[in-house]
Amino acid sequence: MSENVLLSFEIMLKGMGGIFAACLIIMAAVWIMGKISGKK
Amino acid sequence: MEYLLEGIRIVTWQQIVMYGVGIMLIWLAVKKEYEPSLLLPMGFGAILVNLPSSGVINQIMSGVGEINGIIQWLFEIGIEASEAMPVLLFIGIGAMIDFGPLLSQPVMFLFGAAAQFGIFCAICMAAFMGFDLKDAASIGIIGAADGPTSILVSQILHSNYVGAIAVAAYSYMALVPIVQPFAIKLVTTKKERKIHMEYQPGSVSKSMRIAFPVVVTMIVGFIAPASVALVGFLMFGNLLRECGVLKNLSETAQNDLANLITLLLGITISFSMQAEAFVNIETIMIMVIGLVAFVFDTIGGVMFAKFVNLFRKKKLNPMIGAAGISAFPMSSRVVQKLAAQEEPGNIILMHAAGANVSGQIASVIAGGIVINLVSRFL
Repeated sequence: MSENVLLSFEIMLKGMGGIFAACLIIMAAVWIMGKISGKK
Repeated sequence: MEYLLEGIRIVTWQQIVMYGVGIMLIWLAVKKEYEPSLLLPMGFGAILVNLPSSGVINQIMSGVGEINGIIQWLFEIGIEASEAMPVLLFIGIGAMIDFGPLLSQPVMFLFGAAAQFGIFCAICMAAFMGFDLKDAASIGIIGAADGPTSILVSQILHSNYVGAIAVAAYSYMALVPIVQPFAIKLVTTKKERKIHMEYQPGSVSKSMRIAFPVVVTMIVGFIAPASVALVGFLMFGNLLRECGVLKNLSETAQNDLANLITLLLGITISFSMQAEAFVNIETIMIMVIGLVAFVFDTIGGVMFAKFVNLFRKKKLNPMIGAAGISAFPMSSRVVQKLAAQEEPGNIILMHAAGANVSGQIASVIAGGIVINLVSRFL
């Protein structure tokens, strides 16, 4: 398999991991903001 | 009289093909109403830039010297220099988005993340088909289902295929009502598509709505610095909307600014649709890979929803995962339509809308992460 294909798989794993991590952090931030502001 | 026929004599067959492409894009825009605000200017621009010795692109005229063309100038200033046009458009898009359905159901963020899967499938497919890494990444970002993100990433990575990528991105965004139902039905059963979901909206405070764009910008900025321009301007537009004290600016961003930039963006992008760059086998390959990206975006979102259902007593309708792509608001409407077809009266629109707006954020994050990762390997 060419080097580019292997790199693209690496980009897939790191990329999806990064996106999920970012979304989880944002989710946590929204939850914290919700607690602080107090949903009415 | 010979000088009058010079243009006809030097026209190439590739340019004639581009006249056909331009006319087809105009037809799709007018007759089928496929993203007319972008496809019509792109179609007309494709004709303009492919006329022999066209004055809209820089030309060397004997005895006069270099003549600057307006479309080339718009491209160099509005896109090549700092991706100004797509970034400014994001102010308008941010001002149009209501993040309320997402803020009241933060778990929808994960569906936005899952529905970016098609980007990376497309990158792998493009690499396998022989594209180099920067072009593969630029082609893959078609799966972000977001025109400005696709243009920005392909421009930053200096892809050779900006024109084809832009045409593919906008064309498939318009084809979401056709592509997504097909992909959803591939990986779901009728029983799954009939699942009801109750919507109990938690109200979202004004302070939360104001804090959200600031917090998201900072989080995403730390994680994917290359996306700060896009996410920052998206959230700036949203802040204009939510702050409540800048109604005029918000309305200007949503209407005048968005329309003005959209008007110029389409015709500017046509600069990259010159025949020698567009009429080749790679353009067809890009169209195929772009379609694969959209299909796997949908499959990724749906499969993630099915995975989440393994741990839930109250099941989610897996179709809301499909709404996690960035094509807002079309994708959420497509999912709702499909749900109502399977089970009349089944309303999952607000859940789908939450996933859909999260896809807008996730696609921008994906763009920044792709730029970051690919630049390390170049």
